[in-house]
Amino acid sequence: MSATGTSRLAALRGSNNEGVLALILVVLVIAMTIVNSDFLSAGTLFAILRSSIVPTVLALGVLIVIISGGIDVSFPAIAIFSAYTTVVLMRGSGIDAGVVLVLVVSLVIGALLGLVNGGLIARFKLPTLIVTLGTQGIFKGILIAYVGSRYIAELPLGMRMFSTQSLLTVPAGGENTSLHVLVVPAIVLCLLVNFLLRNTMFGRGVYAIGNDTEAARRVGFSVMRIQVILYVVAGVLAAFGGVLHVTLTRSANPQDLLGTELDTIAAVVLGGASIFGGRGSVLGTMLGVLLIQVINNSLILMGIPSAWQRTAVGLLLVIGVGVQAISARRSSRRVFAHREVVAPA
Amino acid sequence: MSSEEASGSSGTGDAVPILEARNIVKTYGGVTALHGVTLRLTAGHVHALAGENGCGKSTLIKIISGAERPDSGEIVINGVSHAHMTPKGAIQQGIQVIYQDFSLFPGLTVAENIVLTSAVAEKRTLYSRRQSRPAAQQIVDDLGLSLDLDQEVERLSVADKQLTAICRALINDARVIIMDEPTTALTHSEVQRLFALVSTLRARGVALVFVSHKLEEALQVAQDVTILRNGELIISGPATDFDRRSISHYMTGRDVDESRLVNPPRYDRDPVLSVQDLTLPGAFENISFDLHAGEILGLTGLLGSGRSEIAEALFGVLRAESGRTIVDGKATTIHGIRDAIDAGIGYVPEDRLTQGLFLDKSIADNVIASSLERHRRRGLLDARTIAATITEQFQRLRIKAPNVEAPVRSLSGGNAQRVVLAKWLANGPKILMLNGPTVGVDVGSKEEILTILRAQAAAGMGIIVISDDVPELVSVCNRVLVVQQGRISATYSGDDITPEAIQEGMAA
Ligand SMILES: Nc1ncnc2c1ncn2[C@@H]1O[C@H](COP(=O)(O)OP(=O)(O)OP(=O)(O)O)[C@@H](O)[C@H]1O
Ligand SMILES: [Mg+2]
Repeated sequence: MSATGTSRLAALRGSNNEGVLALILVVLVIAMTIVNSDFLSAGTLFAILRSSIVPTVLALGVLIVIISGGIDVSFPAIAIFSAYTTVVLMRGSGIDAGVVLVLVVSLVIGALLGLVNGGLIARFKLPTLIVTLGTQGIFKGILIAYVGSRYIAELPLGMRMFSTQSLLTVPAGGENTSLHVLVVPAIVLCLLVNFLLRNTMFGRGVYAIGNDTEAARRVGFSVMRIQVILYVVAGVLAAFGGVLHVTLTRSANPQDLLGTELDTIAAVVLGGASIFGGRGSVLGTMLGVLLIQVINNSLILMGIPSAWQRTAVGLLLVIGVGVQAISARRSSRRVFAHREVVAPA
Repeated sequence: MSSEEASGSSGTGDAVPILEARNIVKTYGGVTALHGVTLRLTAGHVHALAGENGCGKSTLIKIISGAERPDSGEIVINGVSHAHMTPKGAIQQGIQVIYQDFSLFPGLTVAENIVLTSAVAEKRTLYSRRQSRPAAQQIVDDLGLSLDLDQEVERLSVADKQLTAICRALINDARVIIMDEPTTALTHSEVQRLFALVSTLRARGVALVFVSHKLEEALQVAQDVTILRNGELIISGPATDFDRRSISHYMTGRDVDESRLVNPPRYDRDPVLSVQDLTLPGAFENISFDLHAGEILGLTGLLGSGRSEIAEALFGVLRAESGRTIVDGKATTIHGIRDAIDAGIGYVPEDRLTQGLFLDKSIADNVIASSLERHRRRGLLDARTIAATITEQFQRLRIKAPNVEAPVRSLSGGNAQRVVLAKWLANGPKILMLNGPTVGVDVGSKEEILTILRAQAAAGMGIIVISDDVPELVSVCNRVLVVQQGRISATYSGDDITPEAIQEGMAA
């Protein structure tokens, strides 16, 4: 029997096709290296990792929401709202705040904005896309109208001090190239969210709701509470992403991040999270983000106009969803075996 | 939990009910689903709950488990009265339910599905996949099953899904276990193993509720019987006071006729369907038979014998490797469902509740879903004939719902079933295959559905009924083929079709 063979293959492929995604990533890197021998270098690798930091953290929040069967388009607004408002507050108060204060303030803001989403969705059972489309507009409006619309270059200490720090530096072709230190918090957050989803009852509840809300209620999950909490968590992750973004770009611009929804959602869906809810993994999401960054990077290297990048990402999203639809149909085809060959006594 | 204490109380007599639902009233919009129903459960007893489709059995169960709230009435558990239950509260009180629709999580593994309920009830905060596995393995072994614990539930067959739902209810040390049609997809020996486990649970002092439209099965396990009709309590008493006939009578309010009645098919004409040497290795081999207009052909055998796969191959769900299919004298290649429908073949599948229906769409939308082609006039959909078809099917199948706009999800299990049938009849196929057409359908409606099939056959349709319900086969079939391990092992026709003969053929 090839049963063990197929199951080993299945394990390699991963429950959300993570293996397939990793393979595509490798193939793409090899292809790019053949086209352009400069591609495979520490410099490119570090650049891709750096550009993946913010999208990864944002994608984690989106992942949780998508697993629960929802969709969130307000996270870029939450991210920039929290980070920008924090910068403004710190400047206004005259404190040159350290990391802890910056994080506490921005994450609390993110949590509150997430609470607005979660409250509306859980309490009134409204469609998540509509709610987050609405709150996205509201958050953006409040930010520009009441907090500020100015570009701010002077950041509090807690952000400034990490802006140009490197984790490691390697010599490459005469000059040094280095990996940004902020990959560390991104990886830590990945591990945390992975733990949250896989090893806590809250995480199981998120999957259960995404699979079948009524069934989740019937086994005793408090659907409302889980929904509220998960949007709060998504808000906190978005805020964290916002702070990382401001730190990396060394400036706070209230127009930033807005419009990056597509890239992030595409990364999560490519990473195997089901748009119908109930499926998805942190590993898949990380691979999805990397894939999109590699593709964007390759397109730039090949000198393809940036307008085409949007098209490429849109195309990837459609492919990702298409693959899900096809594999859903495929899996409903079954293997047959004579289940009961012995006659009943 | 406290199994010692429970078995002690079961020994002292049957006086005190451990759970009593009193005067439960429940309405959905204008529909009254329950009209002051009372149900008393005794420790160590199996209580059979019977009634026609839509009489309120599942609704009563959902009220006891906290999935729904009653309009009035109370639930008394060990002397404590509750105005309503909550899902978590009910589970913590030791109430476990096998829901008619299973209520499983398709994207989670079998093991996770089995252990999740108790993990929630224990108010755990952390969860470990590895730690939860042994408990799941234990119950699977106790039931003597070969479920793959690491498989995602979505990939399971209907039967394995049902088994998973059963394991989930049994794993917890429950005091009350409610089974809403738990055996619809199980093989004979799986049912027997379940019943053996039920005996063990009874000895431990567990109170059980058993809902099944297979009346023999219900009478075999039950000590108490309660019968509902149209949301009202008709009678409740010890099982020894009832037999199949009296239960059907209380359920329907009339005598149900299950005797054999067949019309002669058009054997004088060429067959509408001729299958020759159809083979799909691993599923079935060298299947040959003819089906004539006006004929009802039974295809039986144990679950897993290959009987369903034959039908699926004829409908293009599976692709046979060799053999010929001749429809109306023309050799026809069926490589997909489209080919089958174009050739005039219809198929009512086994797993209706999930495969055949759009649950959130209306009855009307579902009825018309597969026959849009037929209702096109000059390229446009013809609203008038569509409306006529819907009304005709709705009335002919006597679907119990306020109107055709009601969503299918709000129907009782048996009524949802009729919608599937209506959908295929609306398409007016030449050949209709039905897999377990009356699984989960009450005795009265079963008679009605069989009458509809007879009428369709008399009007010239060729019908294949795949079923292991012997009385049903005897009642409608002109011929019966028995499938064993993928081959036709016996054929009965005319007066040779008797319950004894078929039973013997299946067991041979
Ligand atoms: N969510 C709902 N909304 C509206 N009506 C409902 C809902 N659930 C059940 N009903 C109605 O309540 C009645 C009782 O349904 P129930 O499911 O309890 O029947 P049942 O006895 O379990 O039947 P079956 O044997 O077919 O499963 C039916 O008329 C059904 O249409
Ligand atoms: Mg029911």
